[in-house]
Amino acid sequence: MSTLAQQIVNGLVLGALIGLIALGYTMLYGIVQLINFAHGEVFMVGAFGAHFVSLRLLPADTPWYTALPVMCVTAVAVSVAVAVAVERLAYRPLRGAHKLAPLITALGVSILLQEVVRVFYPGATAPLAFPRAFPDGHLVLGPVTVLWTGVLALAVAPLLAAALHLYVERSRLGRAMRATAQDPETARLMGIDPDRVILATFVLGAALAGVGAVLYGIHYTQIDTAIGFQNGIFAFTAAVLGGIGSIRGAMLGALSIGLVKSLAGQYAWGGAQYDYVWVFALLILVLMFRPQGFLGRPERVRA
Amino acid sequence: MKSKTTGVLSALLAVVTATGTSACAAGKTETAGSAGGCDTSKGTLVVGVIAPMSGKLSAIGLGIRNSVQLAVDQANAACAVKGYQLAMDAQDDEANPDKGAAAAQRFADDPNVVGVVGSYNSGVARAIQPKIAAAKLLLISPGNTDPVLSRGADFATAPKRQYGNYFRVVGTDDLQGPFNARYMVQKEGKKKLAIITDGKAVGESSATEFAKEAERLGAQIVIREKVNENDSDFSSVLTKVKTLNPEAIFVGSEYHVAGPLSKQARDLGLNVPVSGTDGLFDPQFIALGGKDGDVATSVGAPIDKLDSGKAFVDAYKKKGFSDGYGGFGAFAFDAANVIVASAGKVTASGGWSGGLEQRAELIRQVQEYRTDSGANGTIGFDQYGDSVNKMFTVYKVTSGAWKDVLSDQFEAK
Repeated sequence: MSTLAQQIVNGLVLGALIGLIALGYTMLYGIVQLINFAHGEVFMVGAFGAHFVSLRLLPADTPWYTALPVMCVTAVAVSVAVAVAVERLAYRPLRGAHKLAPLITALGVSILLQEVVRVFYPGATAPLAFPRAFPDGHLVLGPVTVLWTGVLALAVAPLLAAALHLYVERSRLGRAMRATAQDPETARLMGIDPDRVILATFVLGAALAGVGAVLYGIHYTQIDTAIGFQNGIFAFTAAVLGGIGSIRGAMLGALSIGLVKSLAGQYAWGGAQYDYVWVFALLILVLMFRPQGFLGRPERVRA
Repeated sequence: MKSKTTGVLSALLAVVTATGTSACAAGKTETAGSAGGCDTSKGTLVVGVIAPMSGKLSAIGLGIRNSVQLAVDQANAACAVKGYQLAMDAQDDEANPDKGAAAAQRFADDPNVVGVVGSYNSGVARAIQPKIAAAKLLLISPGNTDPVLSRGADFATAPKRQYGNYFRVVGTDDLQGPFNARYMVQKEGKKKLAIITDGKAVGESSATEFAKEAERLGAQIVIREKVNENDSDFSSVLTKVKTLNPEAIFVGSEYHVAGPLSKQARDLGLNVPVSGTDGLFDPQFIALGGKDGDVATSVGAPIDKLDSGKAFVDAYKKKGFSDGYGGFGAFAFDAANVIVASAGKVTASGGWSGGLEQRAELIRQVQEYRTDSGANGTIGFDQYGDSVNKMFTVYKVTSGAWKDVLSDQFEAK
């Protein structure tokens, strides 16, 4: 029983962190039908940005409650800057091209960003220890122990997802985003500038990825240039599982993936070495019976 | 998944690189001249290096490259190969078998290459061996510990030399795994052990040999699990391991997995030592989460306990490389010196043509090579190409740094 509870918490923490990346995938697909495989790398550069500011610019004795916000702001700024640059330089020229062109471009951008960080960031050829910008130690709830960084992830990720959901539902820009997702041509006729909306979507997704990167770094205390790819694949899977285009679905999908991965490692046949198998088995099963995912709508996508 | 789909790819790559480099070799002009007062009128000979100089194992790979550079520089200064200037050509394999095999093919096609120091990863060596067998290119590994590479799949019962041109200067997992088990069971008194591996060939083989010896000594392996090498979250598998109350965890992987795993185990309240083989023995292990009490066994004696080892360390420091020599620099240094000394003997009675006959003669010289003054002490090879030096050392994290606990010659029982 205590093991089960611990595994559920393990899974939820992992899921919450993946969820913050998945939100970016799902929004972009909802609005431009672009699977932005470089989104994982936007997350990765955020982590390196936070690493840089903490080790090179902040004094070593900066207390965590100062360091953490500074790192978050830096990570968000770096992620957003990279995402905007990628949008302007790589995706915008391809607007209107065949759907495959931006997809292949996304893969290329993903590799490019990984290599650029690997080659130019000092020490990034090997895994780097991430600064500990949060109290060490853990919360003990009966039989369950959670690191404080895990508690933070569990609190922040759903909160940000909810805030994003509200923003897209209520705000003016959110309405423009939904309109563009529904029918770009009509939206344009109504005076909405699709380029602006798409850019805003990139910015929002990147900002969430930046926050996720800092949470990820302080929780696992190690980053490398491959974290974007590895977690990006899970995040993309989560977005598809939850119903691509749906914000609540992406978070739900990510939490499901975290749970399946951790529970399958404990209870399913084959143990931890087959946990990935069960994650993707779940994806296939869901897609067989509900191709639009948990909360997606068939043939209609929305942000 | 990757390794299964790479067969065709690697074949293609090999063809491409083979055609590409033969063109290059034809255009290359030998630079004759003198360096540091030595006669180098006959041209340049190349010592190849294949190591993971980027990626997660770069701390090890860069140490290997720099140490070979040091050996080559020393040889040039001492005119070790009469008539020739020596040069190093280091290729990054990124711990990827395809990349390693492509680099090996390139070296094999280049007549100026006398021998190669590499690879670090056993998995990469598996891809390299068949590629260079026909070319009889000398390969001396500073880091492969999988026994299969030299003695075949039945290494324990029916050992058979796999490749005449393959040698290594490190001890193998079938010795190191049991050596580790003896320490954990007999010296640390751990009777209930968990095993976690990352699925790579080297991790699996060392874990299997560890388990056999631990069970022979009366310990119990309570669980054996596998994680994905790219994972950073081990909380699930550690929660599972914790329910079985092991007294220690043997990790068949390298520092980038074992370090965070050690930290996450402690975070979950599983405060037991992590033990592993040479892949853990790196300062990065501690930086990434390794804790006091964690254990690593490694090949050879502690480098600062030997005069010849100290000389290597001093010379390395004097060079001012930006990276440390890592866990395997000293072995790479020894391996490079074997190549240099043997090449010196082969070319003493004439020039180097790079033909098959000469490469075979070089291999004969390496087989007979023997010294007691390598950076790691005794260097020499048995009939399988394995090192005759069966010395291993136990290191333990003490006050945040690796400290040697004991060194011993391993004898099978």
